[in-house]
Amino acid sequence: MDTALRALEYWLLSYKRTWRGTIVSSFLVPFLYLAAMGFGLGSFINAGAGRAALGGQTYLQFIAPGLLAATAMQTAAFESSYPVMGSWKWIKTYYAMLATPLRVSDVLIGHLLFVAFRVLMTSMVYLVVITVFGAVSSPWGVLAIVAGLLTGLSVATPTFALAVRSERDTVFSMYFRFAILPMFLFSGAFFPVSQLPVVVQPIAYATPLWHGVHLARMFTEGTLSPGWIAVNVGYLCLWIAAGTWWAARAFRRRLVT
Amino acid sequence: MGALIEARGLTKRFDSFVAVAGIDVDVFRGEVFGFLGPNGAGKSSTMRMIGCVSPVSSGTLRVLGMDPAVDGPRIRARLGVCPQENWLDEELTVRENLLIYGRYFGLPRRTLADRAAELLAFVQLTDKADAQVADLSGGMKRRLTIARALVNEPEIMLLDEPTTGLDPQARHLVWDRLIQLRQEGVTLVLTTHYMDEAEQLCDRLVVMDGGTIVAEGSPLDLIRAHATREVVELRFVAGRQQALAAEVADLADRVEVLPDRVLLYTQDGDAAANAVHQRGLSPPGILVRRSSLEDVFLRLTGRTLVD
Repeated sequence: MDTALRALEYWLLSYKRTWRGTIVSSFLVPFLYLAAMGFGLGSFINAGAGRAALGGQTYLQFIAPGLLAATAMQTAAFESSYPVMGSWKWIKTYYAMLATPLRVSDVLIGHLLFVAFRVLMTSMVYLVVITVFGAVSSPWGVLAIVAGLLTGLSVATPTFALAVRSERDTVFSMYFRFAILPMFLFSGAFFPVSQLPVVVQPIAYATPLWHGVHLARMFTEGTLSPGWIAVNVGYLCLWIAAGTWWAARAFRRRLVT
Repeated sequence: MGALIEARGLTKRFDSFVAVAGIDVDVFRGEVFGFLGPNGAGKSSTMRMIGCVSPVSSGTLRVLGMDPAVDGPRIRARLGVCPQENWLDEELTVRENLLIYGRYFGLPRRTLADRAAELLAFVQLTDKADAQVADLSGGMKRRLTIARALVNEPEIMLLDEPTTGLDPQARHLVWDRLIQLRQEGVTLVLTTHYMDEAEQLCDRLVVMDGGTIVAEGSPLDLIRAHATREVVELRFVAGRQQALAAEVADLADRVEVLPDRVLLYTQDGDAAANAVHQRGLSPPGILVRRSSLEDVFLRLTGRTLVD
């Protein structure tokens, strides 16, 4: 573990150059989303029949935890795509690390820890903003950060594998368009999945994001169900375990030749 | 005292392609050892196996008395690697590149701060300590890579084509540093396809071609064994070389015809040159020189271009 932390140190050092910009955007993005959708769009929904469909809460309260989880996913997907590919293909940071006592597993875990750190930061900022907007109605809401972290890692780990297996970065434009964006829109962050056609609902329920959104929403609303928590956490951990296994295999194949 | 690096029947296969075909190598403490050969000869694959980043396909390899398959991290802790492509982080500063690399070895920050300063002085980059690597010249990046490889005070330094792509000033500066390291007792293992580099630096070297070792020894041994002491280069008018080569063939141990000149490999260059004149051939250009490793190299690995 100590050796993986050495690899993490590299990522933190290179983040020092850009952190100011990312902090500003991580406050600005939730602010804009909540202002536009929570208040703008929400004023329509709350006035109409929508409020009943959302279980009596305001639209702002409904989307705030959804946005937190969805943003955690986006942050994780981005941090695990180009930076990971660049580390073996362009900048070759991974190779430089592997010439030292660090092992392939250290290189992978160190970088994953950094992505976890970024997701955690983003989720915390989000939580602060939605709390200020009055969208958190329970002290359990603090645990939405954990939901964000698990969602982020469930997406980060398979994205690591993809970024190491693929020969070219063109794969990412497909990945973001056909996997991340649809997941962002249709996994229950903006409207209940029950509003979708019955045939596509199982796909939405199978996404890690739906479980992350559901988990975060339970926490911010304070409507905790131990059974659902077990299902959501368990399912996300399954993705993380499978994704880590796949990423580890891809790392060994790419880096040990 | 055994060899620091000991390879027996060392082989590297990629699917059906054999990059290194069962070589035997011993590198001893304090020497400068070179792998020479054209592109694709298997030099870099050999270096990667020695650097414990590429698994051995078959044969045995011991580095610092340990097996890379078992003790990779422990061996790498005592190696300094200067890869062909540098692998520097261009957005970090010169100093940051050294510090973070030292952290990979688990060295304490305080030790590293002092060592970075020493190493930057050693490679003459003190003025550039806080510059971004992206702003450095090719030669400076190379020196930084050498400094970085020294951050853990390695016993063996692996240099893959240390001066490829550098201008003459930068090359000589790198050579000076390497010679100084050798004097300090660091064992250097390098690959190169520059013969002057091998002659300047190497105590012992092997010539590789097609994954095998085709010759081994000190630069002088190799010249003695595979070339004559001197070479006479005769420049004739284009198109006449072949005919004239026949007329001077008896003056040399071996004759080679190139597009623009004829090479006479001989023990006594001046005598051969005089004989050429006495026969009234008087080529427009005539040069007597000592044989170099380049002659050996071309003889052993051929003049055919390998890409």
